[in-house]
Amino acid sequence: MRVTFTANGKPVEADDVWEGESLLYVLRERVGLPGSKNACEQGECGSCTVYLDGTPVCSCLVAAGQVQDREVRTVEGLDENGELGLVQQAFIDAGAVQCGFCTPGLLVQTDALLEQDAQPSDTDIREALSGNLCRCTGYEKIMDAVRLASARKCQKAGASE
Amino acid sequence: MSTRTIQGQKNLQDIRTGSPDGIGGSPLRPDGTLKVKGEFAYSSDLWHEDMLWGMALRSPHPRANILSVDISEALKLPGVYAVLTHEDIPGTKFYGLEIQDQPALAIDKVRYHGEAIAIVAADHPETARRAVKKIKVEYEVLNPIVTEEQCLDPETYGYVHEPHEFKSHGHGNICHSQKLVHGGGVTDEIRALADVVVKGHYEVGMQDQAFLGPESGLAVPAEDGGMDLYVATQWLHVDRQQVAPVLGIPEEKLRLTLAGVGGAFGGREDLSMQIHACLLAQRTGKPVKIVYARDESFFGHVHRHPAKMYYEHGATRDGKLVYADARLVLDGGAYASASPAVVGNAASLGHGPYNIPNVRMEAIALYSNNPSCGAMRGFGAVQACFGYETQMDRLAAELGMDPVELRQLNAMSEGDPMPTGQVIDSPAPVARLLQIVKDRPLPPPLDLDNLDVRTLPGALSNTSHGEGIVRGVGYSVGIKNVGFSEGFDDYSTARVRLEVIGGEPVAMVHTAMAEVGQGGITVHAQIARTELGVEQVTIHPANTEVGSAGSTSASRQTYMTGGAVKYAAEAVKAALIEKGRRRYGWTQTDIILLGGKVISEAGGPLVSIVDLLGDEAIDLTREHHHRPTVPFDKETGQGFGHVQYTFCANRAVVDVDVELGLVKVVELTAAQDVGKALNPLSVVGQIQGGCTQALGLAVMEEIIVKDGKVRNASFTDYLIPTILDTPPIPVDILELPDPNAPYGLRGVGEAPTVSATPSIVAAIRQATGIALNRIPVRPEHLTGTL
Repeated sequence: MRVTFTANGKPVEADDVWEGESLLYVLRERVGLPGSKNACEQGECGSCTVYLDGTPVCSCLVAAGQVQDREVRTVEGLDENGELGLVQQAFIDAGAVQCGFCTPGLLVQTDALLEQDAQPSDTDIREALSGNLCRCTGYEKIMDAVRLASARKCQKAGASE
Repeated sequence: MSTRTIQGQKNLQDIRTGSPDGIGGSPLRPDGTLKVKGEFAYSSDLWHEDMLWGMALRSPHPRANILSVDISEALKLPGVYAVLTHEDIPGTKFYGLEIQDQPALAIDKVRYHGEAIAIVAADHPETARRAVKKIKVEYEVLNPIVTEEQCLDPETYGYVHEPHEFKSHGHGNICHSQKLVHGGGVTDEIRALADVVVKGHYEVGMQDQAFLGPESGLAVPAEDGGMDLYVATQWLHVDRQQVAPVLGIPEEKLRLTLAGVGGAFGGREDLSMQIHACLLAQRTGKPVKIVYARDESFFGHVHRHPAKMYYEHGATRDGKLVYADARLVLDGGAYASASPAVVGNAASLGHGPYNIPNVRMEAIALYSNNPSCGAMRGFGAVQACFGYETQMDRLAAELGMDPVELRQLNAMSEGDPMPTGQVIDSPAPVARLLQIVKDRPLPPPLDLDNLDVRTLPGALSNTSHGEGIVRGVGYSVGIKNVGFSEGFDDYSTARVRLEVIGGEPVAMVHTAMAEVGQGGITVHAQIARTELGVEQVTIHPANTEVGSAGSTSASRQTYMTGGAVKYAAEAVKAALIEKGRRRYGWTQTDIILLGGKVISEAGGPLVSIVDLLGDEAIDLTREHHHRPTVPFDKETGQGFGHVQYTFCANRAVVDVDVELGLVKVVELTAAQDVGKALNPLSVVGQIQGGCTQALGLAVMEEIIVKDGKVRNASFTDYLIPTILDTPPIPVDILELPDPNAPYGLRGVGEAPTVSATPSIVAAIRQATGIALNRIPVRPEHLTGTL
């Protein structure tokens, strides 16, 4: 089948898609967006998290056909006008990236959290990110990164008021 | 401050670095930007025109004879390009890290659940999956040999590797053993010297590395009849050494390049998909990519050895250890992997960082029909630490002593001998590390009036509002070796090139080191900046065009390959200064490179690096060999077997819901001596990550194996800590330089994974009063329903 959807603001089209393929597979293998990761492919690790019509989902659990005519935003679309996005920069600065395989999913989930609540408590952060496994960092630097992104986001909002 | 650095009184040398991004700084990792943009090419992201997908058929039985394999139906499926069995292997059929006992594809029998029997190449992963299902295998299923009793009685239960079989080495189902006797050993006379004796049996479940990036890679056949393999691994050169003979090609025709690695933790030390992808590419003449799904990953790599351990300690009434006895039985599974070295570690480190005048130890690894076990972070030292640290707590209780004081009373320090007779010849601040974690302020007690239930055991499940929750505190300390041991020369190679690019001096560092996430490439750039006085450093992709860097394991890469980068950079520096001497006739002996200039420390700047270098490039390669070690004596375990030792201490604070058996670790404190923190941010990240894997082993992580069959090969059923399970991890870094090591550094990655588990179990024990002799601790152990 053919699937057409919007990825990071651009129309994309994938041909010869087998009905059993996931959105994750189509992104990674058919439309050149391998940033979303394939760590478990059963919705446990969160590495494949993308926005689907503005809601974070595990793209491994979404059938390719379900995204027909819908909008997908992946880690490759988190930049701000070609510059690193605020959450992306915070993850680098805080040392929250080691092997980096969990990073794309965490970035999307953190972005979604801060969109909802720019100043989450530590417990709010832990709850929001509890579906994203990381095996390298012990999560401490990820907590630091989210706090840093939150602070920078609030500062930015304050400056623009 | 959650992280503190405490420097030693004796600093080796004042390390001159003109750059904040030299060693001791925390510059950002060079691959960080690509990783946050989703543009970093992991091994599973690789793509090639005309590429096929490879997949393996794996055995559903832990032990069976293969009567026949029929691939005809699979071959008929449209889109299938090849189906191969062991009969199609052009070269040698066996491989292995230490003992070449593992067939690349099963030959006539399978020895563990998940052993690969045949491989398929097809145009789509789903086609490959369907083809695998069409391969017909006729099995004669045999009773698996899975318990210690069965393994040690081959006359009754059989052999995992029959005595007449290829590579069987005549020890029945014992893969490797190591004994150790120190002082007077353990005899009735020695036992009589002790006022108090504690004995215990302890068990450790099978832990998985659970790296997130699945085993994967791309094999591309080359026109010269060779192969290019892009793969996520821990050691490119040892992969090449094992793969090339199976393909029947000389090593130089197999070129490996490191693809992006999504974590390793020991699980990529052995081969996984390398041989299979290359065989399929060789046969089809097309590039072949293999990516394991998570369930296949659980079958596709070795795990941490599960252990059954007996410990006995005797002490005087005032708490001085008199003797210690132990027997450690590690289940190595079907193939040897790294079992011999794991046994060596368990035997030599298995009595912990304590001065014990009389010691006996026996460690063995069994061959069984359980999943193969080998390297995982902590490598043989983890299981034992749970045993000896539990014993320390029990001994303290028996003596009515504080558990930290008992440990400090017996703690080893610099100048003390290990039970192997090897004298520790660099700092060993065991007592001090314990004191540091003990002195940390405790987290505030549970405040029932201001509860956020999400912070309790059970977390988001809203299982308690404070009722039934009790708190406990526990301590532990552990010891780990750094580098490969027992006479192995695990040298590292580095190539450093200095040239002028765009009017700037630029250093290029080229090694075969596997960057698996630990940040080794960041450190290499820091070392080059420090030694060469330049800002711009590029990191060449890791491949087999340069000499071996050894394995990214054993906490060794900063020590070994970092050391090689240092020596190569020093050679480049010496060559550059020599060039200056020839050109300008310098006679000063105090010339250094700093801030892009050649400088006489007394007389000031001499010339810029750019002007001195001109159009020339200085390009030098150096090897770094650590000081030699020797194998342990087979019967006594004596010998200078280890390169370096590293120590970590922990304090755990836990809340336990005693009604539901749920545990929440509230805080996990770590203090570790790192010699010199070359990159403090990375060092802290390693310690926190290592502690978290230890937390997983303490309370949740275990591959459940029943009658040789794996029952939980998924992230749904094999649990690793989430961010909700993981507490704040305050870290104290102690910097006491080791005079034998580059920059005085001490390997970092493993010690916290060794030491942190027992502190958590001790805290649960203190909270509940339950003995807890097995890890992971499960709810049923705490509620008494087991």
